Amino acid sequence: MTKAGSELSIDGDGKPIWVSLELTYQCPLSCVFCSNPLDFESYQKGEMSAAEWKRVIREARDMGAMQIGFTGGEPTLRKDLEELVGYANEIGFYTNLITSGIGLTATRLKVLKAAGLKHIQLGFQSCDENVANTLAGVDSAKLNSYRKKLAIAQEIKALGFPMVLNIPVTRQNLPQVPEILQLAEQLGVEYVELANVQYYNWALVNRDQLMPSREELEWAEAEVNRFRERVGDKMTIYFVIPDYFDGRPKACMNGWGSIHLTIAPDGSALPCSQARSLETLTFPSVRDHSLQWLWEESATFKVYRGNEWMKEPCRSCDEKEQDFGGCRCQALALTGDADNTDPACSKSPHHHIVQQAIKSAELARELKQPLLVREANSVVAIKRASKMSAANRVASEEAECVNNTGSTCRKESSCKSRVLSDGEAVE
Amino acid sequence: MESTNQVLLQERYIINPVFLFRWEESQDAHVLLYPEGVVKLNQTAAAILKHCTGELTVDQSVDRLVAEFGQSDREVITQSVVKFLEASRDKGWIRIID
Repeated sequence: MTKAGSELSIDGDGKPIWVSLELTYQCPLSCVFCSNPLDFESYQKGEMSAAEWKRVIREARDMGAMQIGFTGGEPTLRKDLEELVGYANEIGFYTNLITSGIGLTATRLKVLKAAGLKHIQLGFQSCDENVANTLAGVDSAKLNSYRKKLAIAQEIKALGFPMVLNIPVTRQNLPQVPEILQLAEQLGVEYVELANVQYYNWALVNRDQLMPSREELEWAEAEVNRFRERVGDKMTIYFVIPDYFDGRPKACMNGWGSIHLTIAPDGSALPCSQARSLETLTFPSVRDHSLQWLWEESATFKVYRGNEWMKEPCRSCDEKEQDFGGCRCQALALTGDADNTDPACSKSPHHHIVQQAIKSAELARELKQPLLVREANSVVAIKRASKMSAANRVASEEAECVNNTGSTCRKESSCKSRVLSDGEAVE
Repeated sequence: MESTNQVLLQERYIINPVFLFRWEESQDAHVLLYPEGVVKLNQTAAAILKHCTGELTVDQSVDRLVAEFGQSDREVITQSVVKFLEASRDKGWIRIID
């Protein structure tokens, strides 16, 4: 599902096609792979009101956006979720709910269905209860995330919602991929997204403990292909070898300020959910500006739009129209300069950093370091992480880097490069 | 790409309920919306999909299209409709009904 080969392309018209509303960063889970801001708790006070969200929804639709995602944090913590979904549906959006499932009930699902919700993406960690609860960072005696998710998945399908089961792929759950796919088939899920963890914020702290090896990924890929052959087209499985291993950077957001717009809980307009890690930029709010001004006029959205900003090797690269130089946030987090080529690219002069990270993760496997559960007072935890991985220089450098940036993001995190599909149609 | 699904003239098709088919003013085109994705359709594609409501057979929808587009070469239209429906079925946009 790339845009390559499209005859009719929706992007490039200069309109935002997809808008993500991060209604809140609060969440009942403490996922070890979370890429929400480390200072997530500080956003609670300044969350936007329903009236403010509605204005944003209206303006985005007027600008031509067609897809809307309600995300977080955990968006179901907002009691006005149903009202916002209903409004977005009424004015012509295709409405997507991106949720952990915790906080959903059969009753709420029915109300959401009636409000016009079109699709639910459920974050899921594993079909192994212990692994699932460990990755979600919960004490299963207090909150059995696995069982709640399974029950709500059944409710979602019973109400006939199309559903994406989104599984962040880690070392811990990769061996269960065949069973996870079977479970998805039993549930009647239409799409399974085996999402590569995006190593930002908390996920970056745990990167050494989470990252699978190339061999494990290739094994999982073969299993996915076998499953695809068996089930045919009744289920679509998204799975790509992650950028760290692939040598090619991800076509992050289909290009900066190209089709995607994220609004943070406090109203800040972001070109992607991670963008606030770019400290040199400012992120003006929908509370102070129209969405159209933010998209068309603000320096933030212009800075990496197109390819004028590119340095070498991107500038003269014949793949720049396909991958847009990769991810700006990853370039900053790993090379210290957001203008650099994404180090996931094998052509980047910093590619060795990514290769070191892979080696470092292999080393950590032998050291058997524990996963750190996300917590509110993250600075302390990150220092602890740095100390623990003393044997592991790369990881601690990254942890400090996160500490310095103090940045942003959403959870469960697959970069939405498949947001737009091939538009070609007929002969 | 060779189609994996064969479409026959007596069959009837509906749009896969996962997809939402509608006119989008801002794109000046029909679109298919689905979980986290959009397909923009050109005029011919939209004209063919409009008839995928389960009422008409493929053959009958060709009759309609011949009339709508004022084309006389029915054979050519039939071939391109079948080809498009096969591609649509491969992509999961449409489903056969019994």
